[in-house]
Amino acid sequence: MKFDTPATTNPIDRLKVIGQPTERIEGPLKTSGQATYAYEQHEAAANQAYGFMVDSAIAKGRIKAIHLDDAKASPGVLAIVTAENAGKLDKGDYNAAHLLAGPEVQHYQQAVALVVAETFEQARAAAQLVKVDYETTDGKFDLAGVKHLGVEPKDELPDVNHGDFDKAFAAAPVQFDQTYTTPDQSHAMMEPHATLAAWKGDQLTLWTSNQMVAWSVGDIAKTLGLPKEKVRLVSPYIGGGFGGKLFIRADAILAALGARMAGRPVKVALARPQMANNTTHRPATIQRIRMGATADGKLTAIAHEGWSGNLADGKVELASQPSQLLYAAENRRVSMRLAPLDLPEGNAMRAPGEAPGLMVLEIAMDEMAERLKMDPVQFRILNDTQVDPVKTERPFSQRQLVKCLQIGAEKFGWNQRNAKPGTRREGRWLIGMGVAAAFRNNLLVKSGARVRLEQDGKVIVETDMTDIGTGSYTIIAQTAAEMMGVGLDDVVVRLGDSDFPVSAGSGGQFGGNCSTAGVYAACVKLREAVATRLGLAADQAEFADGQVRVGNQSLPLRNAAEGGALVGEDSIEFGDLAEKYQQSTFGAHFAEVAVDAATGEVRVRRMLAVCAAGRILNPTSARSQVIGAMTMGVGAALMEELAVDKRLGFFVNHDLAGYEVPVHADIPHQDVIFLDETDPISSPMKAKGVGELGICGVSAAVANAIYNATGARVREYPITLDKILDSLPEMI
Amino acid sequence: MRAFNYTRADSPAAASQAAQVEGAKFIAGGTNLLDLMKLDIETPAHLIDVNHLGLDQIEATPEGGLRIGALVRNTDLAADARVRKDYALLSRALLAGASGQLRNMATTAGNLLQRTRCPYFYDTHQACNKRNPGSGCSAIGGVTRQLAVIGVSDACIATHPSDMAIAMRALDAQIETVRPDGSTRSIPMADLHQLPGNTPHIETSLMPGEFITAVTLPAPVGGTHIYHKVRDRSSYAFALVSVGLILQEDGTGRVAVGGIAPKPWRVEAAEALLPKGAKAVSERLLEGATPTDDNHFKLTLVERTLASVLAQARETA
Repeated sequence: MKFDTPATTNPIDRLKVIGQPTERIEGPLKTSGQATYAYEQHEAAANQAYGFMVDSAIAKGRIKAIHLDDAKASPGVLAIVTAENAGKLDKGDYNAAHLLAGPEVQHYQQAVALVVAETFEQARAAAQLVKVDYETTDGKFDLAGVKHLGVEPKDELPDVNHGDFDKAFAAAPVQFDQTYTTPDQSHAMMEPHATLAAWKGDQLTLWTSNQMVAWSVGDIAKTLGLPKEKVRLVSPYIGGGFGGKLFIRADAILAALGARMAGRPVKVALARPQMANNTTHRPATIQRIRMGATADGKLTAIAHEGWSGNLADGKVELASQPSQLLYAAENRRVSMRLAPLDLPEGNAMRAPGEAPGLMVLEIAMDEMAERLKMDPVQFRILNDTQVDPVKTERPFSQRQLVKCLQIGAEKFGWNQRNAKPGTRREGRWLIGMGVAAAFRNNLLVKSGARVRLEQDGKVIVETDMTDIGTGSYTIIAQTAAEMMGVGLDDVVVRLGDSDFPVSAGSGGQFGGNCSTAGVYAACVKLREAVATRLGLAADQAEFADGQVRVGNQSLPLRNAAEGGALVGEDSIEFGDLAEKYQQSTFGAHFAEVAVDAATGEVRVRRMLAVCAAGRILNPTSARSQVIGAMTMGVGAALMEELAVDKRLGFFVNHDLAGYEVPVHADIPHQDVIFLDETDPISSPMKAKGVGELGICGVSAAVANAIYNATGARVREYPITLDKILDSLPEMI
Repeated sequence: MRAFNYTRADSPAAASQAAQVEGAKFIAGGTNLLDLMKLDIETPAHLIDVNHLGLDQIEATPEGGLRIGALVRNTDLAADARVRKDYALLSRALLAGASGQLRNMATTAGNLLQRTRCPYFYDTHQACNKRNPGSGCSAIGGVTRQLAVIGVSDACIATHPSDMAIAMRALDAQIETVRPDGSTRSIPMADLHQLPGNTPHIETSLMPGEFITAVTLPAPVGGTHIYHKVRDRSSYAFALVSVGLILQEDGTGRVAVGGIAPKPWRVEAAEALLPKGAKAVSERLLEGATPTDDNHFKLTLVERTLASVLAQARETA
């Protein structure tokens, strides 16, 4: 199905099942331990052996020798894979560094070997006996030190120069110029990267934990030199990804190689202390913001320039991108520079670009509002735009940022905020409030599905879409139930298998809207087949309550499958509506914090998100996505940082004791309000993404609240207490 | 994790004797040791299980204090009515540490003997004089925000991570032990932990095989007890700085500080200045500190935290 004209009324608009708050249909499997995560695929293949990865002790250089004798002699060892014996290995299109080092080492804890043994404990013990001699070469590990080497990422974000920024900035009565930093961050998802691999002849099956099944089939085939048809990837349950599982990682390739060498199925999970340096992370950024405004607060000039680093073949972090679209101003400069670094690969993490970009831009907006002596909510409202500021002929398909800010301000009690920092105190606590805009583009990706009406009346949906804890199973079931006029219990959803039609996958908050739109398209096909089989006019048929009706005629849906199951398969493909209209999601975040006047400890007390993100397909799981994202935003504001050892080139705090994420006690009352919005430009579902919108701006709202509480304006995330101690009141 | 022999001791003296074997370690709750074994940081050849020795009682002493068995779990110790009433500092310090699950397993003696959380100690790719004596210290000059500012050496700048030990130090606990020859002794808490000097791998004054049987608290000293642990998140994190305070009505008291040194940091000459306020105490307490750029803030933080708990104590009193 080609989607190239705005959606009109369709069966989804009935909202009998879709759009209703619905508990996750796979929830009981997860809470009872029956959901088969990759490492728990005990029944998938017999005679499984265990692999444990050996990782590099240096950040850059060469392996001179690997000594395997002790490990080989260790009890239970079946095979040891190294680059020397693995055969020819290519590199996946989505990987910056090789997934198995040798002889070159490209980053710290890059895999150098896999030890396969009868038990996990034997594999790990033997892995610890592998000794590697290295030749270390100098590397670049400090972004600030290599910033000047940055180049324009022409394929990803060519420089935007609209109007004449320099002139407008110079002429602006009120000017602002500040530089900020955001640190490297780790996805720190609950389930580590894990894969079980089994060969049947030259056919490879991988049970893994992966967000993008089709991409990853391609990269496994490319890396191992196999035809794609020889690779099957199964990823039904994923214990969190946040972008860290968009691509194949060492667990998948090493499991495949280990299984081939050992001649039996092998499973590999990365150990927690291996994850931060072995896999990908959100890259650190340096960002400079300049703004010029009239005395009454109209922005006339915005420049957002950023720098990030990566390995050769790695990508840039598009942190300045949101400044293309978020606020009006006739003169604009937006750019990123990508500098060479020898730290582990930087790549997508929840709302890449927008998340670190708004961490910075939305502090700058707070600072500029103060300079203008304006309320920060009003300042943002004043500078709203309903069209793409660079291509003004392109309207936003929907843009309710102003309403989000206004409703949020009212519900949160924003008028209680004292604009002068450090003036509200309750006992030992300094209290402050902060606001930030939320903004994340709505991406559209082709997505397919197959829907089958069984003889027993059940509707089976198959697609390689993944559920990374977001609720994909449920919204897909809701979509099929709505389209076919059956109850949720009559729908069975099967996900995450490369034998199923290729979907959008889970990434960039596009999965929810696009995958359900693909199911919609397949259901339209199935409805046609059903109507034809029943001898009814497909274009007039109404599917409801298990019946198919045309006029006064009504037949049970299941009758259509009496002679055998009926199948509808199709994909949603998006036309040029995204070129005619800018499609984005918007929101406003509000936070109230308390800061210990003595120690600078920050406690977030209240949070509110107001989101305008198209039709909300399932308010229960959407809320869950947003409060999870708000939690992650608090982590980014207050504690999350992969600390770089700039001498040795690695992330030092590479376990969950060192890399702190919020605990329950850090997270206060969270409220989420979804504006009633449908966006017919986006898809037949009239939905957009929401899972990443939820994190965008949160950290800045917290940062602004800390400023309001204390007067400490911290421009280097995370805002740990050592950065605000000097701004706190004198102790008696 | 390397293969190891496992035996159960049937008495404290037998445990001590058994532990004379090269590479022997006692195992109690295992909350720290097992993690370190999985990471190949601890590689004991023998584990001597001491969980079944009956050392899990808290008893009154004739002197009016408490004798806490070495195997009393942190949860039970924190919840004991006598501890909560007379040694509130201990209860509060315990509850500021780890998580409920860990406290259910962790023991009194094990808590005292836990190893540092220095990230370079935890990464076996890195040089560490504690883990591999003589290999050097990769933390010095590296990422040191969490590490010690005082009591350090050119060989090691790690901190002792225990919260409970801060309270034990402020309460003048005594460590009761039995040695391989069957003799017993009592070690003042002040003398249990050693500064790193040139031998950071030697962390306590215990002899090889010496086994902790109990920790004894003297008779209660009264006063207002406050433990304030300052950290980057609200729970389940090691201290940047923690301050244990016992303040008497006359303004005298005791102060022990965590998160800043290789051992619980208490300077009696500093706490004598308590009536003069936090600044005077902190300056004396931190005399000779050698912070890094990363952890210099701990000096300010100690003073401000102490000022805050002093104010709280005066309000409470």
